[in-house]
Amino acid sequence: MIEPLIDPSRRDLAAEYRTRPFGRHSAALQALLDVMYRAENCQNLILIAIGGGRWVLGERQPDRKPPRLFLDEVFDSLEAGQWAAFRRRWRALAGSELDLP
Amino acid sequence: MSAIAETPGVIGYVDALTARPGERVTVRVSVLHPARRYRAGLVRLICGETGPKGPGLKEEPIATAIDGEHEGREQYTDAGSYAIVERLPPLGSVEIELLVWPGCLGGRVQILMALGRLRLALDESGAAALLAGDGALSAGRRLREKAWHRVEARYDPATGHGFVSSTPLPGFHADRAGEATGALPAGIVPQGPLLFAAERLAPGRTARHFDGKLEAPRLRSGTVAAAWDFAVGIGTRRIAAVASDALDGVTVNAPKRAVTGSLWDGSVQDWRQKPAHYAAIHFHSDDLYDAGWEESLAFRLPEDLRSGFYAVKLEAPSGPPFHVGFIVSPPPGGSGARLAVLASTMTYLAYANYRRRMTPGPYELSMGALPTVDMTDILLAEHPELGGSTYDVHPDGSGIAHASSRRPLFNMRPTGRFWNFSMDLCLIDWLDAAGIAYDVVSDHDLHEQGAALLAPYRAVLSSSHPEYHTLEMLEALQAYLGGGGRFAYLGGNGFYWRVTADPAHPGMIELRRAEDGTRAWAEAPGEYYHATGEYGGLWRRLGRPPNAVFGVGFIAQGFDASSYYRRTAASRDPRAAFLFAGIEDEIIGDFGAWGDGAAGLEIDCYDAALGSPPHALILASSEGHSNSFLLVNEELLSNRRGVDGTTNARIRADMVFFETPSGGAVFATGSIAFIASLAHRGYDNNVARLLRNAVARFLDPTPFAIPRLS
Repeated sequence: MIEPLIDPSRRDLAAEYRTRPFGRHSAALQALLDVMYRAENCQNLILIAIGGGRWVLGERQPDRKPPRLFLDEVFDSLEAGQWAAFRRRWRALAGSELDLP
Repeated sequence: MSAIAETPGVIGYVDALTARPGERVTVRVSVLHPARRYRAGLVRLICGETGPKGPGLKEEPIATAIDGEHEGREQYTDAGSYAIVERLPPLGSVEIELLVWPGCLGGRVQILMALGRLRLALDESGAAALLAGDGALSAGRRLREKAWHRVEARYDPATGHGFVSSTPLPGFHADRAGEATGALPAGIVPQGPLLFAAERLAPGRTARHFDGKLEAPRLRSGTVAAAWDFAVGIGTRRIAAVASDALDGVTVNAPKRAVTGSLWDGSVQDWRQKPAHYAAIHFHSDDLYDAGWEESLAFRLPEDLRSGFYAVKLEAPSGPPFHVGFIVSPPPGGSGARLAVLASTMTYLAYANYRRRMTPGPYELSMGALPTVDMTDILLAEHPELGGSTYDVHPDGSGIAHASSRRPLFNMRPTGRFWNFSMDLCLIDWLDAAGIAYDVVSDHDLHEQGAALLAPYRAVLSSSHPEYHTLEMLEALQAYLGGGGRFAYLGGNGFYWRVTADPAHPGMIELRRAEDGTRAWAEAPGEYYHATGEYGGLWRRLGRPPNAVFGVGFIAQGFDASSYYRRTAASRDPRAAFLFAGIEDEIIGDFGAWGDGAAGLEIDCYDAALGSPPHALILASSEGHSNSFLLVNEELLSNRRGVDGTTNARIRADMVFFETPSGGAVFATGSIAFIASLAHRGYDNNVARLLRNAVARFLDPTPFAIPRLS
């Protein structure tokens, strides 16, 4: 098992992702995303459309149970939801909040 | 801000995915909302939920007898496959045995054979057990998953004396046998119906289903000696008794036949060559062929109803509506329109009740973005009894090889994931906006009627993702092209997997994901042949690559963003002048409702080695795909680097055109996302112009001339 590592100083990569969550990424950002996507402690996120163009994050559950919905935070776009997931993963893997203006 | 999220309060299904004007449509509805009331109505679907960069949902109400509010109830679904022998002679003291291949063990009781309240089972520990009434006798030795064992039991109702044993069949492992003898409650009279792989609580209600394979069951009681040979009747619902057909039974909920049994040694791969090696049936606790709900609504389609995409829209007092989608085909011979849209109902069915997005795992490593679902998908997750898709696996890890339309289908709707049914509505929306007359026919129509279905049409447009085809469908399309037909393949990853329509189970298809391909699971060794006897897998591997007929074939997929096409010099060839009339742009489709581009999701390219016609013009190719676009694995002999959209030049959608020898022609776009770009800027864009040009020429009866090759 390779322990996932994120360099908390690479906020430039977070900025790149926030600007363009979908599409071509730099090699460094893709490497960071691959770490995030493999990490077992924050792997199972999911975005749920709840109607009216609104989205919430959730977590996929084992044993064929329905996803758990995080209804406390609502996003008005897919991109905003992706960014929230990125921030959660940064916190989990870098050990600190993502401080990005 | 906290949100309230509701799931639909009512679900349903119709009896067939395709109907014709004037035909009766039966709707089976289950009301989950506590009010037990719902509204219903027929709608013609014009455009699906496209997100903010498309026109959005458009539907047109059609007056029918079901309009209005109805009372309803929640309907029960008896999921799980089993076999049943309805009538047995009177039994006394019994001896039973069978061969057992457990798919998954532990944590629950799984019934192997049930004779009323006497049942042979695997208990919570995974050991063979004899259950008599409330008593249980365990052999005490956990079986091994996915290995064959002989399980035997005896029971005397007069004394309650019981015996149960499990013995591993000879192999290279050192599993040990287990057995137990002891007292069980007396007076539990074994009686029919006899069930394999489940027990019956009441007619239509079964429980404690078994996941795994069973073979060669035997029963002795006094003068009664019965045995069943599951190698007989493959391709049917029948299970055959060896000595007397009076003890024949049937399977329920379509367990998998044509599966390897205890004798299979790899010496054959085709079950027809040595049926004795295929004398097993694979049962699953989540198999579902027919939900069997009672009829709730019925109505006759108006005689003058235009063909198209339709839905019975069901709405509970709160929560989102549930659309029961289906296709209305034209009357026999067509409506007079010269253009047909081929709705890919086989593919819709293969994807029906897709649960994979909601299961844990590193989804984004292959998809490049978070999985997305809506509240209707959440409802599906809350109802495992409604079955999965051919992209999901059973509890024992084996792939779901069957897809049936006789249950609620959560993807045949204009909402939710922008994919297949909902994306194909982009084509309908554009045709309506462009004022082009068309009929909509379905894959199911094509399978049943063959090329005659397409005879009235000068041109046929595909859907965005026509992935699954029967041999009959491919033959029909090739015959249509051979007769001078014109075909526009407006999608990606098309004509990819073989499916078969199961004659024993109307409305159900079978899929064997054999050998290779981009796939959610791999077919079990020795089980590459369908129950129909056809060899399964990719049409490419079966010698029918899509490139040879439609010009392009699957090359890559990525689900984060789309890209655009850049025109080639060949787009200025006089043969292609009709396509690019009025288009000066070098870049085609740098916009769209899916991923901001017309080239995306799953993409196809030209490949002469796979039969793409040498005279085909590659008019444009996409470029600039993201890191998430990966070369399909059937292109790789061994794993390697350099297979993503930033590093591999083969990862591109090729737009091609070629003429056929019979005066017909093919235009292919090689991208699922293509039709999601049609509505951009009020339908005034170079993707729409290109398709309009193609359709106009394809409807012109003047034959195309095939060029002389140098």
